[in-house]
Amino acid sequence: MLAEKQSTEQNFEPLIVAFCCNWCSYAGADLAGTARRSYPANVKIIKVPCSCRVNPTFILRAFLRGADGVIIAGCHPGDCHYTTGNYFTRRRMTLLMGLLGYLGVDKARLRVEWVSAAEGNKFAEVMTDFAGTIKALGENVKLRDLRCK
Amino acid sequence: MRKHIAATVDVARVAESVRSIPDVAFATDYRYMCSEGGQTLLRQAVKEHGLSRIVVCACSPRMHEATFRKAAKAAGLNPYLVEIANIREHCSWVHKDKEVGTAKAIALAKAAIAKVRLNTPLTAGESPVVKRALVIGGGIAGLQTALDIAEAGYKVDIIEKSPSIGGKMAQLDKTFPTLDCSACILTPKMVDAAAHENITIHTYSELEKVSGYVGQFEAVIRKKARSVAVDRCSGCGLCMEKCPSKKAASEFDEGLRTRSAIYIPFAQAIPNVPVIDREQCLKFQADKCGLCAKICPAGAIEYGQEDELITNKYGAIVLATGFTTIDPVRFGEFGYLHHKDVITSLEFERLTNAAGPTQGKLVKLSDGKKPKSIVFVSCVGSRDTTERGKSYCSKICCMYTAKHALLVKEKYPDIAVKVFYIDVRTPGKGFDEFQRRAVEEYGVEYIKGMVGKVTEEGGGLAVHASDVAAGTKIVAEADLVVLATAVTPSSDARKLASMLSASIDTDDFYTEAHPKLRPVESPTAGIFLSGVCQGPKDIPETVAQAGAAAVKAIGLLSKDKLLTNPCVAHVNETTCSGCLACEKVCPYGAITADYKQVNSKGLKERRLIAHVNEALCQGCGACSVACPSGAMDLRGFSNKQIMAEVDALC
Amino acid sequence: MQIREMEEAAEVLRISTVKAENCMQCGKCSAACPAGARMDILPHRFVWELMNGRVSLLAKSGTLWQCLSCFACSARCPRGVDPARLIEAVRLTVIRRQGANSINVDELPQVIDENMPQQAIVSALRKYNK
Repeated sequence: MLAEKQSTEQNFEPLIVAFCCNWCSYAGADLAGTARRSYPANVKIIKVPCSCRVNPTFILRAFLRGADGVIIAGCHPGDCHYTTGNYFTRRRMTLLMGLLGYLGVDKARLRVEWVSAAEGNKFAEVMTDFAGTIKALGENVKLRDLRCK
Repeated sequence: MRKHIAATVDVARVAESVRSIPDVAFATDYRYMCSEGGQTLLRQAVKEHGLSRIVVCACSPRMHEATFRKAAKAAGLNPYLVEIANIREHCSWVHKDKEVGTAKAIALAKAAIAKVRLNTPLTAGESPVVKRALVIGGGIAGLQTALDIAEAGYKVDIIEKSPSIGGKMAQLDKTFPTLDCSACILTPKMVDAAAHENITIHTYSELEKVSGYVGQFEAVIRKKARSVAVDRCSGCGLCMEKCPSKKAASEFDEGLRTRSAIYIPFAQAIPNVPVIDREQCLKFQADKCGLCAKICPAGAIEYGQEDELITNKYGAIVLATGFTTIDPVRFGEFGYLHHKDVITSLEFERLTNAAGPTQGKLVKLSDGKKPKSIVFVSCVGSRDTTERGKSYCSKICCMYTAKHALLVKEKYPDIAVKVFYIDVRTPGKGFDEFQRRAVEEYGVEYIKGMVGKVTEEGGGLAVHASDVAAGTKIVAEADLVVLATAVTPSSDARKLASMLSASIDTDDFYTEAHPKLRPVESPTAGIFLSGVCQGPKDIPETVAQAGAAAVKAIGLLSKDKLLTNPCVAHVNETTCSGCLACEKVCPYGAITADYKQVNSKGLKERRLIAHVNEALCQGCGACSVACPSGAMDLRGFSNKQIMAEVDALC
Repeated sequence: MQIREMEEAAEVLRISTVKAENCMQCGKCSAACPAGARMDILPHRFVWELMNGRVSLLAKSGTLWQCLSCFACSARCPRGVDPARLIEAVRLTVIRRQGANSINVDELPQVIDENMPQQAIVSALRKYNK
C-alpha cells in the first residue's frame, strides 16, 4: 500500500487507520454511510468490540508500517456499552500520546474521538478534519520502519 | 434513491484483485449477496471449491453478519469462519470517485482476508438458568415485580431491610390525582404477596454477598436477628404495650411519634410480628428488664437469636431499592432544625394520615394547635446544581404538593395555603387538571418564586420569598412550612451496585442498559430495575416499570439454557504470570484467580493463574490490553487477527 | 445602538466570569437578599436584564448601590450563578466610566468617623477600590 502512496507534497494521500468500537463509532460510521456523508477515502476502518480493545501495540505497528495517522473512536464517556471501556481507552491513549511525543512523533497523528451511533454527521466531520490534519502534517517518516513491511 | 454498491465501486475489479492473494481459492461478484440467490451461490462455492473460510464484501456486518453466518453454517462451516468487509456504508456510500472507492474496497477486502485466515471455529456456550428470582426491596415496586413473576409460575424471594414490607407507599395518606387512600390499595397487594405460594419474603434482611452471573447468581442473605420467633408470635401486641423503653423515634412516622424498643412498625405490617430494636432495649443494653419475655403468652421472645445467613441460587435479580428524601438540614435558610413547625412533605403525609400520630388532625408540632396558614415550598434540593442539592427534577413534588394543598383546603377551607414554586411540572394523566383544581376551585395561592429564608416572628413563622412575576419581595406569614425535599436513591444503592456490578450514575440512581430501548434492564446481564431506584417516578409509573422488569425477568427465567457469546476472553495459562491486571479492569467481575498446575517451559509448577468465566465475560477486551504478557486474548478479535488487519491495511 | 448594548452586556458577563445562562429565574437570590426591599431591580431580574443586554438600564439602577456585597444571593443560588458578581461587574463598569470615583486607602482615615460600622468600610472598599 505504501508504494501506492503519492509522496509528492501536493497530492500526498495519507494512510489513516481508524479503530471503531462496534457499538457506537462503527454504527456511527454506518450512519454516515446511510446518510451519504462523505469523508476522505484515506480512512480505513477496523472494527473492535470496544475502544478499550485497542492495544497500543496495534497503533505503533500501524505507524511502523507506514500509517500516517491513527484515530480511535469510541462511545462517549459514560455511554460505553461495556460501562467503563472508554475510560481505559482515554487513559491508555493519554499515556501513548506522551510516548509518541517522547519519540518525536507529532501527537496530532494519534487522535481519540467519541462518536455515538447517532452521530453519522460527526463521524464524517471528524474523519474529514483528521484527514486534513494528517495531510497538512505530511508523511510519517519518524516511525516508519520498512523492515516491518 | 438507494444506490447499489457497484455505482462507486468496481466490484468485478475487487474480485479480480483479491483472486491472486495467497489462500484465496475463489472470488466472484454477485449483485445481491444477502438474497436467497447470493446465499445459494455461497453454499455452492463452499462445496465446489472446498472453502474453509469466507469473506463477504458487502454491507455493514451490523446488517447481515448473522445472515452470512447462517449461510456458512448451512454449508457445513463454522459460522465464525466468516468475515465481512464493509464496502457499502464505509466505502461505496461515502466516496464518490469510482477509482478511489474501488481502491479502498480492495484494501478493506484484503484486511478481511488477512483476518479471516486467523479465525478459529467458535461455539456459543450454554449456561443453565435457575428458575428463581430475587427481588431486592419490598416497596410497591418490589411487590409488584414479585407478584408478576410469581403469577407467571416462578419462585420469587423478596428481601426487605426494614421489619415490614410496604415501603414508602405505606407511609402515604392519599395518592394523586385520584385521592384514593394509599394504604387501602397497597395492603391488599402486601397480603397477596405474603400469601402467594411462589413468594418467600425475608423482612429485616439484607443482601450480604452476591456471586455468579446471569442465570446462576448465588446470593447470601443476612436475616437479622428479630429476637422474636416469627412462627410462634401471634401479633397480640402485649409486649409493645408493656415495654418500658418507649423513647425511640418511629421510623414509620418520620420521628413524629415515639415507639417502644420492641415494635411492629405499623398496624398493617407484614409480617405482623414485632422486632426488638437492640439499641433501645434495656435487656440488651443493660441486661435488665426482660419484661416482654415474661409476659409473652406464646413464649415467642428469643433474646439469644442470632443473625442467620441464607444462601440461595437465582436466575435473575431485580433491584427495587426505592428512595429516601434528602435531609433539609443542609438548607439552613429554611430553619428545619430550629423551628418545629418547619416540616418535610413526608412528615406532613404522616401528620394528615388518619393512622398517623395525630389521627389525621392537622396540628402544629410546636403547640398542637390548628395552623391558620400553611406555606409549601417546592424544589427543596431539587434542580440544585450546587453541592447542597440534586441537579435533577424530583418529578413527584409538584403533584404531591398540589395534593397536600388541595386536601388541606378541602378539610379546612379557613386555612390560607400558599405554594412557592419555580415551575409547576405536571405532565401526567389528569395531573395538570388536578393542580389547576387546587388553584381554581380550592383557592390555593401559587406564587412563582423561591423562599430565601424562614424566620420566627411573633410566635409564628415569616417566610421571606420573592414573587418573580411581580418582581417584588414578599414576606408571608405561616404557622406551618412544608418543604418538598428532593427524592434521592436509597443509601444502600451504591453498596448494592458494587456488589452486583450494576452500574450507577453520579446521583446513585441505577443506570439502564439503554435509556430509550432497554429502560428496565441494567447493563449487567440478569439484573433488572424496578421503581425509583432507576430514577424519580410516581406510583403508576413505578407499577408499570415493575411489571416491565418482571416481564424481562420472566423472559429470562423461561429459558432453560442461555447461549453465550463465544467472542470472549481466554487465558494462555503457560504465559499468564498471575499479576491479575486483567481482574482489575474487568467491568463484569468475570475474571478470578485460581492456583493451577501449569507446565511452563518443561517446568511443572503450581501458581496463580487468571481464570475467565465465559458466561460472565461480555467480550470488551479491556483485559487483553491490560495484560502485560499477552496471555489474555479475545476470541474473534485476537491480537493476531487485529494485527493482521493492520498489516494488511498499511 | 441595541447591538452595542448587547456587546457591552456580553463583555460584562465575560469579566464577571458568571454563567448567567444557568439561571432559571427561581428568585431565590431576591428572596435571600437583605437589601432587596429597597432595590428597584431585584437580583433575579438583574441577571435576566443583563442576559437580555439591557446594561444601560442596569447602570442607572439603584440596585448597584443598594447591594451590600454580602453574597447571600450567591450562597443561596441553587444553580451556582453568583448574582453578586454580576452586580459587581456592572458597578465596576459604571465606576470606571465615571472616573476618579474611588477610595484611596491612605485618605480613608480623614473621611471616616469612629461611628462608621466596619462592615460599611469593608463594603465601601469592595465597591470603590477598583
